[in-house]
Amino acid sequence: MYLNNILADPERLARLIEIAQNSVVPLLQGAIFYTIPLTLISFVCGLGLAVLTALARISDVKILQIIARIYVSAIRGTPLLVQLFILFYGLPTIGITLDPWPSAIIGFSLNVGAYASEIIRAAILSIPKGQWEAGFSIGMSRRQALRRIIIPQAARVSIPPLSNTFISLVKDTSLASMILLTEMFRRAQEIATTNYEFLLLYTEAALIYWVICFILSIAQGRIENRLDRYVSR
Amino acid sequence: MISIKGLKKSFDQLEVLKGLDLEIDKGKVVVIIGPSGSGKTTFLRCLNVLETPTEGKISIGGQQIDFSAKVSPKLISSFRRLTGMVFQGYNLFPHMTALENVMEGPVTVKKETKVKARQKAAFFLEKVGLSDKVDFYPFQLSGGQQQRVGIARALAMEPEVMLFDEPTSALDPELVGEVLKVMKDLANEGMTMVVVTHEMRFAQEAADEVIFMDGGFIVERGAPDNIFSNPTADRTKQFLRMIQ
Repeated sequence: MYLNNILADPERLARLIEIAQNSVVPLLQGAIFYTIPLTLISFVCGLGLAVLTALARISDVKILQIIARIYVSAIRGTPLLVQLFILFYGLPTIGITLDPWPSAIIGFSLNVGAYASEIIRAAILSIPKGQWEAGFSIGMSRRQALRRIIIPQAARVSIPPLSNTFISLVKDTSLASMILLTEMFRRAQEIATTNYEFLLLYTEAALIYWVICFILSIAQGRIENRLDRYVSR
Repeated sequence: MISIKGLKKSFDQLEVLKGLDLEIDKGKVVVIIGPSGSGKTTFLRCLNVLETPTEGKISIGGQQIDFSAKVSPKLISSFRRLTGMVFQGYNLFPHMTALENVMEGPVTVKKETKVKARQKAAFFLEKVGLSDKVDFYPFQLSGGQQQRVGIARALAMEPEVMLFDEPTSALDPELVGEVLKVMKDLANEGMTMVVVTHEMRFAQEAADEVIFMDGGFIVERGAPDNIFSNPTADRTKQFLRMIQ
């Protein structure tokens, strides 16, 4: 119906094409200056947090274990959108006012940190005990064995699930539109409210997300191949 | 060289080692035999402190640990460097080549330069007959080759004593010989060795002393000829009948 109407009406078609052409640049700018940097920064910070949390979970220190457990449980047990609202709209009540950028980075990093910590913990635990023992037997400390023997092998195991987290993050950054960050999706909303072409603008945004994620999954494949060089196939 | 006094090890309620005393002189090759569950592997792992004994004293080359008190991780690490361990399942580092496996200890633990460690690793790989496999990853090697890398990796730390935990049990029969040959060469060079194995031929040919363990105790010990042809304890006789 919709398509038929458009095709039957050359004027409408021309208008849509023009809107699409004019909106590509602002949307791509949103992706390049907001969506992508927000994803990258949050993922790197989140990954650091995740490694620390995973190490806390497997450490012998009870209090660290408990803190890590509470953190992971709280983040996984509450909606990301609610977390962002607390950071951006809630905290000013107690005198902490954050701009959209820091709110978004903190929110997404905490989120990635919690989810990825479980991936990293599972990956560390999946490495056979004999690998630790082989490290110990040549005189390594726990820390040395972890760094030289366990983490490199755990990294390989965790690439596919971490890629999932990363790709989810790309799409989740659209939630930052709700805390006034003019990332790609918010730009699509803003343009659409001026010309009422919601389907066109949101589809355009969706396609750009898809392209980004497609490129990422190709990158994932390459990294996996690289890390698989020492495993028989 | 090695002196063990009153060594006990329990896992929860289960007492696996019930008080072992043993002296091993420098340069001797001691083979431990016994039925499964006799505690021989646990005993070997205690020497490398991969298992922490519940009680007893171990001294190796002048260094002593008394396990009735709490032992610091640092002391355990330095004590471990006195012994080299060869595992039943090789436990090579799969993300490193043969050369990198052998270099790892010298570089990370002994803080040697990469150049020196590489020379050393090449030397020990040559010693186990793998000069042509230095750049191979473990998955590209046969079981026998992997185990020989495992031996080279342990040797590269220049331990006082080499410990072998059933080093040929996971190997296909035709690959056992190459590993045993490397071990015999080591024995002939005067390396002090403690070997848990089911290879009775190796025990007969290379051991200075054979120890028969059962039920967490040393039941009988002596020269291989004595143990194999004139065992005194009933349990030893029974065990030897069963494996022959």
